[in-house]
Amino acid sequence: MTTLEAPAEHAGDAAADHDDHDHGHHSSLGLSNMKLAMWLFLGSECLLFGALISSYLLSKARFITEVVAGNPTVINSLLADGMPQEIVDEFIAEASVEPFWDIPFTSASSFILLMSSLTMVLAHKAVHEGDYRNSRIWLAATALLGSTFIAGQVYEFTAFYREGLTYDGSLFGSAFYTLTGFHGVHVTGGIIMLLSLLVLSFRGKLRQDRAETVELVGLYWHFVDIVWVLIFTIVYLIP
Amino acid sequence: MAIVEEPLALPSGQPDKAEKPLGALSRPSELTGLKDWLTTVDHKKIGIMYGAAAMFFLVIGGVAALLIRLQLATPDNTLLSGDAYNRVYTMHGTVMVFLVVMPIGAAFANFLMPLQVGARDVAFPRINAFSFWIFFLGGLMLNTSWFIGGGADGGWFNYAPNNGIAFSPSTGIDFWNIGLLIVGIGSLTGSINLITTVLNMRAPGMTLMKMPVFTWMTLVTQFLLLFAIPVLTVAQVLLAADRLFDANFFNVDMGADPLLWQHLFWIFGHPEVYLMILPAFGIVSEVIPTFARKPIFGYPFMVFSGIAIGFMGWGVWAHHMFVSGIGPLSVTAFSVATMFIAVPTGVKILNWMATLWGGRLILNTAMLFSIGLVTQFTIGGLSGVSHALAPSDTQQTDTYYIVAHFHYVLFGGALFGFMAGFYFWWPKAFGYKLSEAWGKWNFWLMVIGFNLTFGPMHILGLQGMPRRMQTYSEAQGFGFWNLVATWGAFILAVGTVLVLVNALVSYLAWKREGKPDVGADPWDGRTIEWSIKSPAPGHNFDVDPVVSSLDDFWHRKYQPDESGKLRRVHTGEELAQPGDPTGVHLPAPSYWPIVLAASMPIIGYGLIFSLWLMIPGILLMTLALWGWALEPADDLDADHGDHHDDDHGPDTDSSGAEAELETVS
Repeated sequence: MTTLEAPAEHAGDAAADHDDHDHGHHSSLGLSNMKLAMWLFLGSECLLFGALISSYLLSKARFITEVVAGNPTVINSLLADGMPQEIVDEFIAEASVEPFWDIPFTSASSFILLMSSLTMVLAHKAVHEGDYRNSRIWLAATALLGSTFIAGQVYEFTAFYREGLTYDGSLFGSAFYTLTGFHGVHVTGGIIMLLSLLVLSFRGKLRQDRAETVELVGLYWHFVDIVWVLIFTIVYLIP
Repeated sequence: MAIVEEPLALPSGQPDKAEKPLGALSRPSELTGLKDWLTTVDHKKIGIMYGAAAMFFLVIGGVAALLIRLQLATPDNTLLSGDAYNRVYTMHGTVMVFLVVMPIGAAFANFLMPLQVGARDVAFPRINAFSFWIFFLGGLMLNTSWFIGGGADGGWFNYAPNNGIAFSPSTGIDFWNIGLLIVGIGSLTGSINLITTVLNMRAPGMTLMKMPVFTWMTLVTQFLLLFAIPVLTVAQVLLAADRLFDANFFNVDMGADPLLWQHLFWIFGHPEVYLMILPAFGIVSEVIPTFARKPIFGYPFMVFSGIAIGFMGWGVWAHHMFVSGIGPLSVTAFSVATMFIAVPTGVKILNWMATLWGGRLILNTAMLFSIGLVTQFTIGGLSGVSHALAPSDTQQTDTYYIVAHFHYVLFGGALFGFMAGFYFWWPKAFGYKLSEAWGKWNFWLMVIGFNLTFGPMHILGLQGMPRRMQTYSEAQGFGFWNLVATWGAFILAVGTVLVLVNALVSYLAWKREGKPDVGADPWDGRTIEWSIKSPAPGHNFDVDPVVSSLDDFWHRKYQPDESGKLRRVHTGEELAQPGDPTGVHLPAPSYWPIVLAASMPIIGYGLIFSLWLMIPGILLMTLALWGWALEPADDLDADHGDHHDDDHGPDTDSSGAEAELETVS
């Protein structure tokens, strides 16, 4: 058996693509290394957000239990941070943190973030088709929509802080700011990637043959959006 | 297709004319000595560095272990204060788990797996270098807590609320926390890298069910890491928020539930114990068939039991928490799940024994250590099943019985397996065999020392000696077996150090003889890493191997004659690739992985001591990311070959991802 000669054309390779940052090895799955790696990374991120969301739910439940039970340490800490007595009373009356939310505002910023997924798809399509002018427009639009979401989050955090929900003043505050803050950092990371793509595009380095790079950023961006759908539902909508 | 017909870009090749985007740290052009090791992206060198770094940390963890044993040798001993004892056992556990056992697993995965799947390197060579450096520098940062942080003192599991500022006011736990977060980044990037490599870069013909068992176990291990690390990361982020920014996640005064820590930690922690042992299972699954002269018994069972362990490992975490008041329903469910997970592990033990049965055994050191694993791990596995029974576990929790159990699985299991791996693959890594005479001493001293150390702990535990207690009184009657264990620990330490002595002695002997070639296939091996020269050349395979069966290399050497009897038709040396790098194209070395990794501990120190210190760290990180992004992974000057004139025209099909660097440079 002489199998040590140069390999024959390997079935499936014609469809396989080379990834752009790597030496060209054939791909066993017909999927580029970069794309596979991005999917794996997103799989790992699911566990990250899963653990964060679980921690939030537990912390919020414990917070409500303590407030309803009238735990003086917890309640005094809220009041000391400037939370009005009426809000604390509402927490107790409704056994929920619902009185705190501004649902219309957060819905609007959620809508903006979800729309950015649409522009992301359009950006990928434009690069894929070699329509560089539109690709820049859509990349910039995606980054802008993402930034608007982040601006909304900054506004919301500031408003909540002024109403007395501080990071260190309650279990609920710690959990809320950590979970939504983590998501905000992810969106910010996505915006940096989008802006980098935009710079690449203006320098003429984001051509049709590198559409996969845009696709990868898109995968990340859509993932972050989907996580926000979960967080919005779990944190804001479910009482 | 793929890697053919290109000018050589070996690290030792002609000097390259890389552009210098950032002056001094642009692509290293001369590669000798230290600079080579600092900038290499070669998976084999990175694997060796993982091993060497793990040995360094093994010495630290080992000294801590001996201090523990000295303190416990006699009743009412005052060698270590209570505080010092807390730090020593905490750092012993942390260092051994995160900086010794996991990295040795990573060392084998890095060195071997690409060779076993017939790849030139891992999927992302620079990220691979980054994974190593961030592990090593993060581990060093963790260990600086001995000198400047007061030492972590909460146990390796670091339960809340004991890990809070109130109970542990020194910065030791911050070092534990931030250091392991940094090490975790390396584990995550490493797992993504290695999974991509296994799944996507196999040699033509190597379907999943033709992969060597070690490669399979690497795949399962890395999937466990991929999903377990983020859970630990969340736990550590919450703890860091509590300790550094006054959050309340584990603050009981504010209504927090400290059990959250235990859940998060063990959701990570139980997959963690499997990801420590599975690489060793993979190693002995390669060693035993080679030296029993038989194919592995029940290869599909071997693979699927590994996968089953990988899945079931996620459903047993609360058996660490039977006494924490999680309720009878949870206890029952986790108790049953824990008994079930013994089944796939038992399948593996059975298959190794069936492989040994009727084989023509060659009892060299690698084989002895493999048999050592099978026997010692079985003892540890049996005591493990006794923990699955909640009533029995309630008696044993936090006693030395538990300590005995997990040392039998982690030392008698994982470390014995790694020792087997060292002896087996040493020639492939370094070009010479380790001495068998020293090896036998190595093995027997370790087995005797190991059983003297940890065997008595079963008795001590059943007598009720609690873990983590600094001392005990004469009247408790623990003195005799503790003294035995201490003697055992020193024998074990000497036995373990012998592997390093052996490496040195064997090297000197080899050098005296003029460094004779050990040959590509010194053990009559079965898998394709034995079809290349020893030590493995920088480019691994001259041409992509084509695989047609499990144990492909062995089947090329042995084929059935007319009567159906297997006959050797070739020697390994006849089939071995000559190691000619002509036409091979390799990724180029880079400074950026180590620079990026170095920025993280600076940020970590900043978090602990002063946020101002984070500024240089973040600046360095930005610089490193920028430099990394600007520097192509491949050396462009060596990359203008014509290697895709075969099938890639202007590719505009729906996949649309024909992206070659040449087109953008």
